[in-house]
Amino acid sequence: MENNEVKPKKEKVPRQKMPEQASDIRVKNFNEVPTGYTEETAITEAKRCIQCKKPGCIAGCPVDVDIPGFIKLIAEGKFIEAALKLKETNALPAVCGRVCPQEDQCEKVCILGKKGEPVAVGRLERFAADYEQQAGNISIPAPAKPNGKKVAVVGAGPAGLTIAGDLVKLGYDVTIFEALHKAGGVLVYGIPEFRLPKAIVEAEVDYLKKLGVKIETNAVIGRLKTVDELFAEGFDAVFLGVGAGAPVFMNIPGENLSGIYSANEYLTRSNLMKAYRFPEYDTPIVRGKNVAVIGGGNVAMDSVRTALRLGADNATIIYRRTEVEMPARIEEVQHAKEEGVQFKLLTNPVEYIGNEDGWVTGVRCQRMELGEPDDSGRRRPVPVAGSEFVIPVDTVVVAVGTTANPIVPATTPGLETNRWGYIVTKDASGLTSRERVYAGGDIVTGSATVILAMGAGRLAAKAIHEYLSRS
Amino acid sequence: MNRIVEKQDLSENVVRMVLEAPAIARKRRAGQFIILKVHEKGERIPLTIVDSDAEAGTLTIIFQVVGKTTTALAAMKAGDALSDVQGPLGNPTEIENFGHVVCIGGGVGVGVVYPLAAALKKAGNRVTSIIGARTKTLLILEEEMKKVSDRLIVATDDGSYGFHGFVSAVLQNLIDEKEKIDRVYAIGPVPMMRVLCNVTKPYGIRTIVSLNSIMVDATGMCGACRVSVGGKTKFTCVDGPEFDGHEVDFALLTNRLRMYADQEKQSLETYKCKVNGK
Repeated sequence: MENNEVKPKKEKVPRQKMPEQASDIRVKNFNEVPTGYTEETAITEAKRCIQCKKPGCIAGCPVDVDIPGFIKLIAEGKFIEAALKLKETNALPAVCGRVCPQEDQCEKVCILGKKGEPVAVGRLERFAADYEQQAGNISIPAPAKPNGKKVAVVGAGPAGLTIAGDLVKLGYDVTIFEALHKAGGVLVYGIPEFRLPKAIVEAEVDYLKKLGVKIETNAVIGRLKTVDELFAEGFDAVFLGVGAGAPVFMNIPGENLSGIYSANEYLTRSNLMKAYRFPEYDTPIVRGKNVAVIGGGNVAMDSVRTALRLGADNATIIYRRTEVEMPARIEEVQHAKEEGVQFKLLTNPVEYIGNEDGWVTGVRCQRMELGEPDDSGRRRPVPVAGSEFVIPVDTVVVAVGTTANPIVPATTPGLETNRWGYIVTKDASGLTSRERVYAGGDIVTGSATVILAMGAGRLAAKAIHEYLSRS
Repeated sequence: MNRIVEKQDLSENVVRMVLEAPAIARKRRAGQFIILKVHEKGERIPLTIVDSDAEAGTLTIIFQVVGKTTTALAAMKAGDALSDVQGPLGNPTEIENFGHVVCIGGGVGVGVVYPLAAALKKAGNRVTSIIGARTKTLLILEEEMKKVSDRLIVATDDGSYGFHGFVSAVLQNLIDEKEKIDRVYAIGPVPMMRVLCNVTKPYGIRTIVSLNSIMVDATGMCGACRVSVGGKTKFTCVDGPEFDGHEVDFALLTNRLRMYADQEKQSLETYKCKVNGK
């Protein structure tokens, strides 16, 4: 073991690795890739935390998890207590432990990271939450005394689930209205099973139900009921956490050919509808042999890794910048590479070519080079003249982003949106241009992360509570 | 869960069902549809709301048995429950007094055009309806259509009942008779809608079609149902389901409807084996 510490007495314990399925095995199944810490490794890792007096990690967490607190409990072997500590501020710890970009948040500011590797906060969070779920003995806090006030939450994604959990604990009568047939939002339709098992999400949703949150599925607000009708039904406040669910296409020729999917459709078919288990499940999905995924974000990585698991011989990322500019988490890109995903970087599609049946057979691409930085600070990709070439494909997934779904704003008079259709909020509380209507998550910020949506839900819960406590 | 209140066979492979769905029944307007899922492992399929009864809290749907889901649905009976019904979805039909409207339905499409004809009649239009089927025994909703139409013309492909020929020939006859037509609603199989649009186009008669694209979420989230209308990509679920028929790229629609032909066959065969094996 390496031992080049300044203080010679203390042996340096390395950041504990999490075991994972070997890449050649896991591309043949949809089971989760990392298999989680054992009790022993969790304790070893937890003991690495030096319990800072002024922990930077808590400030790095959008939902203010008492990170040193729960880690200390793990170090002491009090795993259930650690889970309960997490749940004091985080309604979805088993989810966050898996999908939070810890490297940009808590772990980024961990003091150990200055000289070595930060404490594996995410892995420990996952361990504690899973431990409690697997123990099967989920403790439910005593129900809060009902305060007689009703709050409607639109959308059962990360923002909606978080605000619902917070408000129900304060005694509110909370109903979540979810458009799809299952609660979870992007956690169930977007993120694949191999990254976030659906049983985990279900358990977290069940926990909220046990806390007293009511969930109405198949309820499309804007169609079945408008926001104003929710007020008329007696709700005292409405939170809009409807996500940025509308797919973005590039509007290039041939984009509507058969075999071309939005990432939303591809992932919804596979994850929510379980098309990877067709025909046991009824929803079909095209099992392409040569699949191109357009984009370089986490959704693109999820799509391309899904394509491999559905049996693709060639699964290729087509991205117009370089790996450095890719918005995907490094871990996701790494996993994709290990699994055999090919990367065509500095490459941009300009047209799709189809056969006589209208099925896509090729992507015409042009090479790009990086020019001057753009508004995002990343160097702008510029086409190289005369560089066009064709990549043969039978399936394409367009993963270049999502935008606001207009159904709720269009049916809510007086609700201000910006020029992209996102809801305008006055401040971090999420208050919109309509009294008693709050919004948070992707419908305010545009596509972001699970944890940022949860943070917005947390702040809106606080604001709604303050407002309704006054009235 | 949504209970099936009533089930009736309208013809050998067309079924009418009344479903319990009180909230949707209160809100629904002509032209809108639902997504239903038969059971936990089922797929989400769109079906037009043919009729609703706000007081009873029920919806009527009519479907043709073609694939696995509709076969499984047809095997259910009154008292059984569907796992999911979501709606009302899509934009309601634009209902005004346009003057003289011609409502055309072919096959199971008669079920889709019926609520439009009813609403248009109620809005004061003179309604001429043309309904067609391959043969007499496959014709549906004749009595209902009669009630909401000033004039009803029936056509069968084989001449077993009414006019011998396609609904498009009947429409051409009306136009040739110098009938003033302000609007045409054409709903049925894609080839029929395409032909009807070709009939009306030279005369500049505004023709509305209702499209039956493949959908998943049906709330604008996935784009499975994208169609090209006037050269622009539209989503049938949130921009439609009704569009100006003269602007629709029917060839693209036909191709996209065939996208899962093989899997649909496989799914149906697997289902039949399972059912027969029991």
